[in-house]
Amino acid sequence: MGRYLLRRLLQLVPVFIGTTFLIYWLVWSVPGDPFAGKCGDRGCPPNYRAMMTEKYNLDESIWVQYASYMKNLLQGDFGITFGGREISDIIATSYPNTLKLAVVALAIEAVIGLGAGILTGLRRNGFLDNLVLVSTLFLIALPVFVIGFVLQWLLGVKWGIINPTVSNEMRFSELIVPGFVLGSASMAYIARVARTSIAENRRADYVRTAIAKGLPMRRVVGVHLLRNSLIPVVTLLGTDLGALMGGAIVTEGIFGINGIGRQVLRSIVTKESATVVGIVVVLVLVYLIMNLVVDLLYAALDPRIRYE
Amino acid sequence: MSDILVSEQSAPGADGSGRPSGRLLEVDDLRVEFRTRDGVAKVINGVTYHVDAGETLAVLGESGSGKSVTAQTIMGILDTPPGFVTGGQVRFHGKDMLTMSPEQRRRIRGEGIAMIFQDSLSALNPVFTVGFQIAEQFRIRRGMSRSDAKKRAIEMLDQVKIPNAKGRFSNYPHQFSGGMRQRAMIAMSLALDPEVLIADEPTTALDVTVQAQIMDLLGELQRERQMGMILITHDLGVVADVADRIAVMYAGRIVEEADVYDLYRKPAHPYTLGLLNSIPRMDEKGQELRTIKGLPPNLMNIPPGCAFNPRCPMAQPVCREKVPPLLQLGNGRASACHFAEELVNRD
Repeated sequence: MGRYLLRRLLQLVPVFIGTTFLIYWLVWSVPGDPFAGKCGDRGCPPNYRAMMTEKYNLDESIWVQYASYMKNLLQGDFGITFGGREISDIIATSYPNTLKLAVVALAIEAVIGLGAGILTGLRRNGFLDNLVLVSTLFLIALPVFVIGFVLQWLLGVKWGIINPTVSNEMRFSELIVPGFVLGSASMAYIARVARTSIAENRRADYVRTAIAKGLPMRRVVGVHLLRNSLIPVVTLLGTDLGALMGGAIVTEGIFGINGIGRQVLRSIVTKESATVVGIVVVLVLVYLIMNLVVDLLYAALDPRIRYE
Repeated sequence: MSDILVSEQSAPGADGSGRPSGRLLEVDDLRVEFRTRDGVAKVINGVTYHVDAGETLAVLGESGSGKSVTAQTIMGILDTPPGFVTGGQVRFHGKDMLTMSPEQRRRIRGEGIAMIFQDSLSALNPVFTVGFQIAEQFRIRRGMSRSDAKKRAIEMLDQVKIPNAKGRFSNYPHQFSGGMRQRAMIAMSLALDPEVLIADEPTTALDVTVQAQIMDLLGELQRERQMGMILITHDLGVVADVADRIAVMYAGRIVEEADVYDLYRKPAHPYTLGLLNSIPRMDEKGQELRTIKGLPPNLMNIPPGCAFNPRCPMAQPVCREKVPPLLQLGNGRASACHFAEELVNRD
């Protein structure tokens, strides 16, 4: 187990270097003067140009630029924007908002998706089953921005049940609708995977054994059936959390949430290359770690999987 | 002749009225059908057998003869749909279990009647330790504390002769060998000290040497605990040592029931005779194996008359017209063949 973990962590190193170099290269190799339009109509003053060129080694090759960037990064220095703001500061203010939204979305996915999946898996072909099948198909088929704008207009504008946008305090009550929008497609997938998994395992031999032991139905379903059926669902939830923590450009945009997704979009549009790289580095790292956590969780749920 | 002509309804253990007869477990004229998209398969067509405390009844038959479905109906673990009970009774201590509430039936499972399954790898839950699955019985059904239940579970593992029971407690099913896993399965089913144990082909998935060990263990535990045991098998070799009585099933019916000794010595049904003849023999080495010609009938379309008639070497016109009832032949023997008398009285 310890050796497995070490091996997996070592595997992260080349993946991390590869992905970050790729993004660094892409962002800084965009043709054009990186200072164009940064200082208004008159162009940037020569001493500012010299300072930024020096800071990011702009007159050196991409390799040197990347190496020096990584050197700073490992010391915790994300660099500054062209406007002189600390990039770590930008990440620190916007990332908690993204995390909050991700947690709410994940909770909604888990509770509603899993609940619907279990109920319909146990009782297939009933009214509820058909309802869930149709509504999940609906959620999967609709793009996020459609669901987002429709709910915002209906609940926020027409009926006035919620505020159309989320305030800066990011209260959890305000995040329910954005969380639902963000998690809707995954929720539908989770409901379907859970349904299939439960229905499949319900006729499994070990479930029959549990019944033959005279265990109460609650225990047969809640312990023996659920534990086995949850394995694929947990994998799905785990990878989804990794994706959710990468920010939600569309959802954050619709509901005016100052999250990492909006931040990265803004930085791309304004050619704030250092900010884009900084944010993506964080996202890559989070995603890689989440993947590792899912793999470990998978083994905790299924003892047949061994790490050697 | 007329004194043997007793109707099917009054086969052993049944008096047709559902009154208690002092039997431990009796299946009475049970009928089960599977309703599938392709049609209705009549899987059990009036099965009657019983088992008393301290005796072992072997139920013998080919795949699809209905022996496992009968057991599943007794346990109440028949998959519905497609399986539906359409008639008959299953009485435990004289009470019909098929009309009990689900809760009453649940209480009988494990404590009154327990079951061992064929494939222990799929029958044990893969994600829980073997110990957990045994201790669970004591915790949930007996309300014991975790530590007491663990102690009892280790005792059970010890009783089924699993070496290092204490260490094995926290192993998962896939870490056991096939034979050990079946022993654990036996420990689990015997945890609540059941009165009847149904063993559904308990050795089919095992090596021959291990088969004998498991059968010995089962026989030993059955005698020790004075349980009634129903041993479901298609293996005639397994039966001889352990069983007291044998019921042979064909196409969802009992075609012959007898004492082990009588049945081997002088089968009273051509199907049983065919089964016995198809056992490979050392003195016929090199010769072609003898088989019963033809295939078991399609249960959606059972031939009229005796279901065995298309494969029977003794078939006469009457066999294609009249279903032979299960006739008592005396000495606890019964046969569902029009020519049972001739078979028994031949030399």
